Amino acid sequence: MQHNINSTFDDTKKDYTMALFSRNRAGILNRITAVFSRIKLNIDSLNVSETETHGVYRYSVRVNTTEKLVRRITKQIEKQVDVLKAVYATDDLIVQQEVALYKIPSEVMIDDIQTEDIIRKHNAKILRIHREYTVIEKTGHKHETQALFDELQPYGILEFVRSGPISIGKINY
Amino acid sequence: MFKAESNSIKSIINKNWQQIHDEQPADEAVKMLGSEALVRSLMAENVEIMFGYPGGAIMPTYDVLHQFQKEIKHVLVRHEQGAILAAQGYARASGRVGVCIATSGPGATNLITGIADAQIDSTPLVCITGQVHKDLLGTDAFQETDIIDISMPITKWNYKITEAREIPQVMARAFFIAKSGRPGPVLIDITKNAQMDFLEFSYKKCLHFNSYLPEPTPKEQSIKDAADLINAAQKPLVVFGQGVILGEAENEFKAFLEKSGIPAAATIMGLSAINNDHQNHVGMVGMHGNYAPNLLTNQCDLLIAIGMRFDDRVTGTLNTYAQQAKIIHLEIDNSEINKNVRVNVPVLGNVKYTLPQITDRIIEKTYPKWREEFSQLHKQEYDAVIKEDLTPSKQALTMSEVIDMINDLTQNDAIIVTDVGQHQMAACRYAKYSQTRSLITSGGLGTMGFCIPAAMGAKLAKPERTVIGIVGDGGVQMNIQELGTIMQTQIDVKIIILNNEFLGMVRQWQELYFDKRYASTEITSPNYQVLASAYNIASAKVSQREKLKHALQTMLETDGAYLLEVMVGQEDNVFPMISPGDSVSDMRLK
Repeated sequence: MQHNINSTFDDTKKDYTMALFSRNRAGILNRITAVFSRIKLNIDSLNVSETETHGVYRYSVRVNTTEKLVRRITKQIEKQVDVLKAVYATDDLIVQQEVALYKIPSEVMIDDIQTEDIIRKHNAKILRIHREYTVIEKTGHKHETQALFDELQPYGILEFVRSGPISIGKINY
Repeated sequence: MFKAESNSIKSIINKNWQQIHDEQPADEAVKMLGSEALVRSLMAENVEIMFGYPGGAIMPTYDVLHQFQKEIKHVLVRHEQGAILAAQGYARASGRVGVCIATSGPGATNLITGIADAQIDSTPLVCITGQVHKDLLGTDAFQETDIIDISMPITKWNYKITEAREIPQVMARAFFIAKSGRPGPVLIDITKNAQMDFLEFSYKKCLHFNSYLPEPTPKEQSIKDAADLINAAQKPLVVFGQGVILGEAENEFKAFLEKSGIPAAATIMGLSAINNDHQNHVGMVGMHGNYAPNLLTNQCDLLIAIGMRFDDRVTGTLNTYAQQAKIIHLEIDNSEINKNVRVNVPVLGNVKYTLPQITDRIIEKTYPKWREEFSQLHKQEYDAVIKEDLTPSKQALTMSEVIDMINDLTQNDAIIVTDVGQHQMAACRYAKYSQTRSLITSGGLGTMGFCIPAAMGAKLAKPERTVIGIVGDGGVQMNIQELGTIMQTQIDVKIIILNNEFLGMVRQWQELYFDKRYASTEITSPNYQVLASAYNIASAKVSQREKLKHALQTMLETDGAYLLEVMVGQEDNVFPMISPGDSVSDMRLK
């Protein structure tokens, strides 16, 4: 058996989504991110919110790294006293969704018929219309929210934000 | 699906979460100041001694410590690093939680090296730091430092107390977390207002903390698999670490060794868990360990790692480490499993409970032929290294013969505290032990300056034992100010400076790997006898072999602290050695 942990996994980097559960405590986010920064690993996206259990928070973290490292840091995070559980998965094992918001000038909505087509085509939603601006919402994978962004861009996007994906396992526990 | 290890995520979280809610105070509450509550919390945790240095933000607590000086002895150090290293010496010698206290800002940051040391060597500590008033947090107030964030990656847990009412519960958690599971340092930062406000104080010890599972339970199957592998092995080898000592599993470990008949080698941190003369003991593994266990790591058919973590100084290059063997890893910390070395059978849990279950299932065996291989290799090491180390043919004294003579004069019964470098390796190779917790050294972090403060802590923990600090001429100058603490507190420690007028270990590497370019490794020393006398500490200096024994005897017979400077060969090297990047089987004898 090859005991060297460095050679038991291949070096290919993949996208991994980690689900972390912690107590709600000031500073715990730093404790978690320190495990990544220690090995100079960038976090691609991070989403934190309270779970259905009061006082328990769930973190969705996306990283691009090797399986060897994602295994190691998952355990190192779970070891933290305030962390309840830490797990990871590759994209094929989870269902993901993210939301993006687009603020565009309202005049292009009024003047330009094209924008209506774009919104229909992408199945996007209008959240608010102000005389100055309109806020559009689109849920989907990153490439889908990006596609809408690319089509709206010629009309002038005033502001854009993406939530980062949240995810749920495919198999029922 | 997320790779949850066994149960579903949801059930684990619910299980862990529901345990809370019985941490409410039980005793009748008494109204008092936060500072008094802090000190009474320490008393409730049976803290008898603490090491510290006062300053502005912690003054209210010092005021209360003054009132309770009969209950808690406070040792005034000369630098906060001395306080935390002394607390470590205390914790390592006694098995109890070491406590140190400092003020905010520089007081707190001076603790950092010791915190990192305690984290990597799993030493249970509670460090208390004062902090500015909560209204001043974030304003760059005088002596404000965000010690919680600074210490986050090197503490097992830390917490900033900003309200007096938080004190009892947080302190109870601090002691529980520091000591339970894989121990480690906990830092509690307490703002000045929390010390000066009133609260209704009642104390209840913490027995569990939801979200924190100190000791995982082993899978029944892994115990069975481990026993099966052991029963089938022809050439098994045990490598044991500090997990045996931290788990207070010395007897269980001995019982396992004696039934299994398996030869056992220590890591540095595992030294003294069993006596050197135990029939199964085959020395130490690692960079400057013994020849036989290192070479035979790559010959054994089964490696049983007990409470150790496959540090790179133990394994050498991983590419060739024990590839032929199956590996069993008994370990309390799940994040250590498959971290460096992929194992066949992990056995999670405190070795105090897992070892006896394995012992029950194994058959009694001996391995005379296998042991013969150890003896032969040991003879090679003896002829090439040990003989010259202990009975040198040249004039200059060797570090090793000094250690060997200490063994003789103390009947192997002293607590040996080392610093870091060549003398540390000499001490780890040659010091002998008749009790557990008898070697205190900075293993993982390699903190120079460790010896003097840690020896103070060890002596205060075990006043009935002889405590001998072995230190180099480099390390001694790193926390030499603690001679002042020894003087004021009258701590009966014996300190031996093995002086080679070099930063010896770095010089050895320069000789071997940097073509003898001795960059900044020649170091001069003060006149230690004059220095010792300035601190009112008895001292002597010896450089001749025929005077060594008498000098050591005088040191041991003198009441109170003693500083003995021994001049040793200037350019002696520590061998055998596994060069960095080499395999354990490529260990060189010279």
